[in-house]
Amino acid sequence: MSDVHNYSPALKDADTAEDTVWEQKVHFIDSVPRWLAMTFVFVVFVGTWQIVTSLRLVSPIILPTPLETLKDMIFVGQNLLTGGYMLGALWITIKEVIYGFALAIAIGFSLGVLVGETAFGEKAVMPYLVAIDTMPKVAFAPLFVAWLGFGIESKVALAAFIATFPIVVGTAAGLHAADENARMLFKTMGASRMQTLIKMKLPTGLPQVFTGLKIGAVGVMAGAITGEFLGGGKGFGELIRVAASQLNTPRVFSLILYLSLVGLVVFASVVWTQRKLVFWHKEQVGRDDF
Amino acid sequence: MNAAAAQKFSGAPLGTPVYELTHLSKTYARNLVVALEDIDLTLRKGSFTSVIGSSGCGKSTLLKIMAGLIPPTKGRVILQGMPVTGPRRDIGMMFQQATLFPWKTAVENIVLPIEIRDGKAAAKQAMGKAHELLDIVGLKGFENVYPNELSGGMAQRASICRMLITEPAVLLLDEPFSALDELSRDMMNMELQRICHEQDATAFLVTHSIQEAVILSDEIVVLKPRPGRIAEIVKVDLPRPRTLDMMTTPKFGAIVDYIRGLLDKGEEM
Repeated sequence: MSDVHNYSPALKDADTAEDTVWEQKVHFIDSVPRWLAMTFVFVVFVGTWQIVTSLRLVSPIILPTPLETLKDMIFVGQNLLTGGYMLGALWITIKEVIYGFALAIAIGFSLGVLVGETAFGEKAVMPYLVAIDTMPKVAFAPLFVAWLGFGIESKVALAAFIATFPIVVGTAAGLHAADENARMLFKTMGASRMQTLIKMKLPTGLPQVFTGLKIGAVGVMAGAITGEFLGGGKGFGELIRVAASQLNTPRVFSLILYLSLVGLVVFASVVWTQRKLVFWHKEQVGRDDF
Repeated sequence: MNAAAAQKFSGAPLGTPVYELTHLSKTYARNLVVALEDIDLTLRKGSFTSVIGSSGCGKSTLLKIMAGLIPPTKGRVILQGMPVTGPRRDIGMMFQQATLFPWKTAVENIVLPIEIRDGKAAAKQAMGKAHELLDIVGLKGFENVYPNELSGGMAQRASICRMLITEPAVLLLDEPFSALDELSRDMMNMELQRICHEQDATAFLVTHSIQEAVILSDEIVVLKPRPGRIAEIVKVDLPRPRTLDMMTTPKFGAIVDYIRGLLDKGEEM
């Protein structure tokens, strides 16, 4: 070691002093892979469930055993795969979800642009949207049934109604996300309002738009099933309602699990689209989305 | 630098007036604040002018009026013989933040002004020129990199290219390197000097740093606040090209001290 760098007296003994090697504590959970941790929780959950039911701590009518539920899931799965009546019901619910989500995206995005981009929208329309958003939207279900009947239209309407608002809010917030520098830059380039919107404000706001879409994707499922509970029809929700009224709890459980698969696919397709479109936004497109 | 990249600024010979500001005033109607009062200023082709003053002296207002972003209350702004009444193609601007858009690659960001004004086809044609500009600022090989992967200094280099792509007659620089660390800032200032010299650019810099103003400028406009008026226009007769070690010479120190004196006097008033 050269003398020039001996600013500190401690450094003189650098060669003779002991190394300050010490063990850094690593938390056990950091060394466990995610799939293992998830499996652990699953096993504990199902194990507790099995113990509770096999000790008859609760009545089997209220809570079936995991094995009964699995058996019923296999039965429902066979029915679905062989094109039984349940597949028809599932298809109806899937249609309600797809139409409802498409409608919610179209209306939510348009209203979001109106409210986020125009002074009129922000001043005159936004207060009404906020007011409607605070209402319990499920309460509108009987109205939709009265207006649109017992077919899938009333379910599509409720699903869309619930999913629209997060998309409006996400879009409007996204359009406000661009900072003063970006606005100024576009002004100096002589950009028109439309160019500023399409080439700068919308791309900048895409992460917020997708946040709205993800909340909407969850809401659209809830809307479709609630619509079926309250307005009849021939969908999966109706199957659940009938099974529940017959105290066929294993069936209710397995139907819910299949339904959650549909929800997962809808959600995953939103996340997938986001990853393709918003590849540049690091925080938003993490693995935490799942 | 290759010959093809030596796209010189078009127009008048060196030394002729490019920007002419006459009796320029700006009053903000809402609270009757007089931001600028009676500013007369001429920028000559190929010259480098800085404006310096304490915060609230109207520096930014002046720059925005010159850029055609806001109208003056009184007075005239003439650029290359035409009054400035809005954003113009012959004005290049650069801000404190690089503001590159993360969904576009470096080269796509650079041709954005062309895309906005002339459409996608023209932007595609300008790609070759964007590559040459990236070469000039030392970013060769970073053409297709997204801004996330660029450092602060590299991002500002790219934004220099974006400013130059439309071949502006004048460069308006709003504290362009003040967000960078001191080492990068000095380096970027030397780079800016070289580019301005190679392109015969007329530059107007807003800055807080007296040192930065002195090392870069031919003339320094010292503004005093409330209302924003020109206290004095200081000529800097250090030889060109300027180098960083000039900052330690007595002459440099004397000019810095003189300007600091002017600014202090402005504060007392």
